[in-house]
Amino acid sequence: EIGCRVQFTEYIQKNVALYQFRNGIPLTTAAAANFTRGELATALRKNPYQVNVLMAGYDKEIGPSLYYIDYIATLHKVDRGAFGYGSYFCLAMMDRHYHSGMTVEEAIDLVDKCILEIRSRLVVAPPNFVIKIVDKDGAREYAWRESVKPDATA
Amino acid sequence: MARYDRAITVFSPDGHLFQVEYALEAVRKGNAAVGVRGTDTVVLGVEKKSAAKLQDSRSVRKIVNLDNHIALACAGLKADARVLINRARIECQSHRLTVEDPVTVEYITRYIAGLQQKYTQSGGVRPFGLSTLIIGFDPYTGVPSLYQTDPSGTFSAWKANATGRNSNSIREFLEKNYKETHGQETIKLAIRALLEVVESGGKNIEVAVMTKDQGLRQLEEAEIDAIVAEIEAEKAAAEAAKKGPARDA
Repeated sequence: EIGCRVQFTEYIQKNVALYQFRNGIPLTTAAAANFTRGELATALRKNPYQVNVLMAGYDKEIGPSLYYIDYIATLHKVDRGAFGYGSYFCLAMMDRHYHSGMTVEEAIDLVDKCILEIRSRLVVAPPNFVIKIVDKDGAREYAWRESVKPDATA
Repeated sequence: MARYDRAITVFSPDGHLFQVEYALEAVRKGNAAVGVRGTDTVVLGVEKKSAAKLQDSRSVRKIVNLDNHIALACAGLKADARVLINRARIECQSHRLTVEDPVTVEYITRYIAGLQQKYTQSGGVRPFGLSTLIIGFDPYTGVPSLYQTDPSGTFSAWKANATGRNSNSIREFLEKNYKETHGQETIKLAIRALLEVVESGGKNIEVAVMTKDQGLRQLEEAEIDAIVAEIEAEKAAAEAAKKGPARDA
């Protein structure tokens, strides 16, 4: 849900920042993921957030990690994950092509394969995709894959 | 007088709130803190009591971050400071969440001062026993600011100020010697002011510098020692210059 997503993820963002100011060190990815799951779980039986989250983070000692957190507060550490109608197609591609120890280039290539599958198989495929990378230098936008360019006047 | 100083919510006949004034006394007993605003830098300096041998001095940080662009130092009851700082940090994030904008220095100062005032007008509580020096940069205009709050809940902006022990002497020094500075000069002015009342040496002073691009940077002891040495050398040179011509004449 769009409203839930904005509300919830911004709330998590600000709490993660607050932790850093209070304690002088950033939250680990695992801690942030568990905090997020906790918030979802607490709200679940009263006023649930309809938000699915894939949380990616980099910790100095542990390296990169990915967490699958769904709207009913499932938490799982995974190597690859997907949400949404296109998730079945993506997971199938990832099952076929993923292996541990992939380089960044190989990973981008796999992401592109997934995007191709979504574009060709999904009836309600979105036109544009953004690829972001999280590593020791932080989180950054890597590339866009656009089939519909934004309006020049917009 | 004894009857009017027990509860905070009671004025004395001559219009004093004694608990607030006693809180100001507590501030006057606290460690000296100084703040100096330059054109592109703001500096906070705090007197450090000599650390006990077994104490890990890194756990006693006196100058803290409230947000990426705001820092605070205080004089007075340090335990009260922890509570106030925590509330301020939460407010900084809460502000970002609701209006998608970082706080301005004035906003967070107003918030902290408002909090301190609330505790001068409630039953069953006592005022916070600390005065704060808040520094930061406006998130959009990049203009540096220095503000001070006190236990009564008043606040105002300053070019340079001091609070805590011997703050009057430091303020006099600053009034005599303040000029618009930038970069290293601002840091030197702050340390010179603090050295008026503190024994010289990096281990008795904690200094932090805030710039627009780099945020808050705590100076290492070695750096502070180097600047102190520079200041002493300048002082000695000034003394010698004064004595020299007089002897010839």
